Amino acid sequence: MQVEQFLENSAQQRPDKVAVVCGGQRLTFAQVDQAANRLANGLIAAGVRRGDRVAVYLENTIETVVGIFATLKAGGVFMVINPTTKADKLSFILNNSRAAALLTDVRRSPMLQTIAGRTPHTEFVVFTGPSDPGAALQGKRLLRYDELTAETTDFGKPLNRSIDIDLAALIYTSGSTGTPKGVMLTHLNIVAAATSITTYLENVADDVILDVLPLSFDYGLYQVLMAFKVGATIVLERSFAFPHAVLETVVSEGITGLPIVPTISAILLQLDLSKYDLSRLRYVTNTAAALPTAHILELRRRLPHARIYSMYGLTECKRVSYLPPDQIDVRPTSVGRGMPNEEVYLVDPDGQRLMHGVGELVIRGSNVMKGYWELPEETERVLRPGALPGERVLYSGDLFRMDEEGYLYFLGRKDDIIKTRGEKVSPREVENVLYEIAAVADAAVVGVPDPVLGQALKAVLTVKPGATLTERSVLSHCAERLENFMVPKIVEFRSSMPKTSSGKIDKKTLHETVTSAPLQG
Amino acid sequence: MTESQIRNDVRSFVIQNFMFGQGDRLQDSESFLESGLIDSTGVLELVGFLETTYAIKVADEDLVPANLDSVESVCRYVERKLQGASRRAG
Repeated sequence: MQVEQFLENSAQQRPDKVAVVCGGQRLTFAQVDQAANRLANGLIAAGVRRGDRVAVYLENTIETVVGIFATLKAGGVFMVINPTTKADKLSFILNNSRAAALLTDVRRSPMLQTIAGRTPHTEFVVFTGPSDPGAALQGKRLLRYDELTAETTDFGKPLNRSIDIDLAALIYTSGSTGTPKGVMLTHLNIVAAATSITTYLENVADDVILDVLPLSFDYGLYQVLMAFKVGATIVLERSFAFPHAVLETVVSEGITGLPIVPTISAILLQLDLSKYDLSRLRYVTNTAAALPTAHILELRRRLPHARIYSMYGLTECKRVSYLPPDQIDVRPTSVGRGMPNEEVYLVDPDGQRLMHGVGELVIRGSNVMKGYWELPEETERVLRPGALPGERVLYSGDLFRMDEEGYLYFLGRKDDIIKTRGEKVSPREVENVLYEIAAVADAAVVGVPDPVLGQALKAVLTVKPGATLTERSVLSHCAERLENFMVPKIVEFRSSMPKTSSGKIDKKTLHETVTSAPLQG
Repeated sequence: MTESQIRNDVRSFVIQNFMFGQGDRLQDSESFLESGLIDSTGVLELVGFLETTYAIKVADEDLVPANLDSVESVCRYVERKLQGASRRAG
């Protein structure tokens, strides 16, 4: 099975059912399918071939959803790029993936001017939005989403020769070397993960799922894929920034499934939820960082009718584990056990399997990625031979404790990757940006515990003699170059940095000495 | 408190806290959400600022884009709240 069939099957079985709600728009499965067919035909006519990468650089909109499925229908590989990504990183991703096409909002045209000349592989840009892009982009053909999906164009299903071991998506994540790497997911990977998750969540066509998470984040993306798989309705919101407005949507749309992360639960619990009729809410899921136990208890008290699923995942295999809701009161700090059709276990440093205790988590299943895009060495480090010939299992790099009944508890990372808001952040990537500041002598980025973010990013800096630097100017520099979640929360200036005998920054000593300033909010 | 005072306060809060001081390009009508300036925790910080600066109470029901999604809408909202308060006081 291929991922685009999630949409095509639902369009056949439930053509007139509402598939997506976004802003004031409501589209049925038949309408989304037709729009995706039209855009797919447009992409093919413009030159997209089987296996070509298509970047979707948009907020959570209907065009994002259509763009994903149109790419798949054209036999391509979609990449949803975080809308807060800045020019240099966008240019890196377009070049690294050699994306053939970019789908984005016309308001980003001025930003694209700055990178058009250095992204030669990306031959054309499809613009959404009401206005004309105006100025040309060097070396690129410009197309309009409105024209490609206009009702006058043919919406026949394009010929598609993809099979389920072809790539369906690349998801860029932070790499330990400081440059982002593309996680390669086949149709089979995605179909397997979506099947496992919708099985344990018991999703049905009557579900109405709210998605406030960016589709560049696999947790946000899968809400759409899973809703389409079971014929449920997805309600897209750009963020949870205006909680009253979002909760009104929960009530008016009769939301049954609410996927959240700890920052959202922190906001939810500041509100008087009894003012909203949340009786249709069937489940709340949490992943990214573990929910603080206090949040779980409060959510249970205020939403007694809703099941709370505490989960854990990695982009490399989508989801790892979930805690069955009947266990949440028994072991609230656990992230549960493996999903249906997936095996997870712990190994000791010699690779020996442990029945319980502490070890590195290994994942075995059809949901495990094919590897990192054009990074064979990094791939070999994490995908290692499994039990059967040719099989590869995923070494997560995450340390877990497993209790005697097989339930998992997250302890930390084996490497120095920081997990904040559920996103992996390589300290190197942030440090590289800090070193661009002329006044910086030494820069080190570490994770400090944070009840809501999991870990918060802290930048420790020393300044060159005679130079001055303020926290604000450091943060401003970072905000111009990094996605929002990579911008440090705390900056600490020091007179000297601990060093190893070889002169490198001694992160171990640094970790022991960082004292977290109290966080705001 | 004049309308322009409120506008200056709000602008400088947004610029200092969400744009790290680089606010030359901030337009008063610019949507915080669409421009990616403010995320969910940012809105709560903004609410905290309004409550302490103007001694108003931002109700849960007021947490909607119409009230809080641009410098302009925040100014209008604060003015409305202050007028309501002074009417009640008078």
